[in-house]
Amino acid sequence: MVELIRRTSAELPDDVHRAILSSLENERKGEIAEATLKIIDKNIAIAKNKSQPICQDTGSVLFYVDCPVGMDQIAFEEVAKGAVIEATKKGYLRQNSVDTLTGVNDGTNVGRGAPAFHFHQTRSNEIQVRLVLKGGGCENVGAQYALPNTKLKANRDLEGCKKVILDAVIQAQGKGCGPGVLGICIGGDRATGYEYSKHQLLRKLDDTNPVPELAAMEKEIMDKANTLGIGPMGFGGKTTLLGVKIGCANRVPASYFVSISYMCWAYRRHGAVLSPEGSIESWLY
Amino acid sequence: MNAIQLEAPFTEEKIRNLKVGDSVEITGVIFTGRDAVHKYLHEGGKLPDEVNLKDGILYHCGPVVIEDENGAWKTVAAGPTTSIREEPYQWQVIRDYGIRGVIGKGGMGPKTLEACKEHGCVYLHAVGGAAQVLAECIEETSGVYMMEEFGSPEAIWEFKVVKFPAVVTMDSHGESLHEKIFADSVAALQQ
Ligand code: SF4
Repeated sequence: MVELIRRTSAELPDDVHRAILSSLENERKGEIAEATLKIIDKNIAIAKNKSQPICQDTGSVLFYVDCPVGMDQIAFEEVAKGAVIEATKKGYLRQNSVDTLTGVNDGTNVGRGAPAFHFHQTRSNEIQVRLVLKGGGCENVGAQYALPNTKLKANRDLEGCKKVILDAVIQAQGKGCGPGVLGICIGGDRATGYEYSKHQLLRKLDDTNPVPELAAMEKEIMDKANTLGIGPMGFGGKTTLLGVKIGCANRVPASYFVSISYMCWAYRRHGAVLSPEGSIESWLY
Repeated sequence: MNAIQLEAPFTEEKIRNLKVGDSVEITGVIFTGRDAVHKYLHEGGKLPDEVNLKDGILYHCGPVVIEDENGAWKTVAAGPTTSIREEPYQWQVIRDYGIRGVIGKGGMGPKTLEACKEHGCVYLHAVGGAAQVLAECIEETSGVYMMEEFGSPEAIWEFKVVKFPAVVTMDSHGESLHEKIFADSVAALQQ
């Protein structure tokens, strides 16, 4: 489990790295955008070679676990918390978790709600653990919209969804350390909407959404966002987003939420298939 | 792309020559300062004598620094932190200490832009998240001040940097790249 944390903190998943490299190709030579992406690419290489955090904000520690019926979730949490403490000691994670009431950072990264666990039972015998380290700067530019939105002239339909999503991109500019990836949920209540939006960030960047309407919308938003000229870090350029992933959930007739989680270029996500004893059998990304 | 070499001393003349959109590489001594330092200075706190910010550069950064076997400091991660949190204080710190450059990420607001114009200062945007590349530009971690009061990430660290890359996004002529890109992106969305 410590190895999963190390790998997530120090090594960008291949799909994300490929997306960064292809946007680097695509930027005009000699522009700031190109130079910025080169620095990002170099940073990815140094972090991997030195086994050090890609970004010093090692973020909120989020575990997503697909587990067989009957797996002891309490025991899993205990093991994972121990691994977080160990990984913090080794410097794979910064001392990054603060008690909200007292302001105290005890340096362990373990406390109320930290790390966060999301369990999902499946009929399979496999345990799959995915880990996302979600930085603060990009989390701060996430947004949730309730439709209709008069100011943006966004109605309760897919066109309305696109308007508010693009508004979120405009408001974020480069502040979430773009180029970024949007994880989006249309529908749900406020809490599940945000939760599902983060689930979208577990998808590989080069996958295709199985729902044709959503796949079309992902492409449309991605293409439009990359014509806005915001660019890496908001310096200007063609690469504003590296990916858009959209899911949807039923809603009650009275509400229509669009929940958007923004992930920075330092998109730290890894996962592993575990044996029943807890050793890593294979990697997921 | 050829970056402009910005070398110490950071005189008003050099700073006034910079324009938004310029890429620079900074060489010389810079000091870190983030939330605790800004609040302290705003409330009238005094800096230790060694921290001379006149014609200096302040970096919004909470670095990860370790001590090696010989007791020397080594900075292993040093990316910028979000600058806008210092917006209420920055103008005053620029005015009172004669700072010529502020490095950070995300840009700052109108008060800082005004202070840059009036006193001859620029905002230099580093690449957010590039903690490793930026740490490699630190040739020497040459001092730390107010460590006891503020703790490691919030303390004032003195760095000797070589070719530290940044982009001028707010200059001393009242221009802000952030405002321009925002306006252009809104216009592009309407098309
Ligand atoms: S937004 Fe991401 S890249 Fe930027 S500082 Fe935060 S964690 Fe690092």
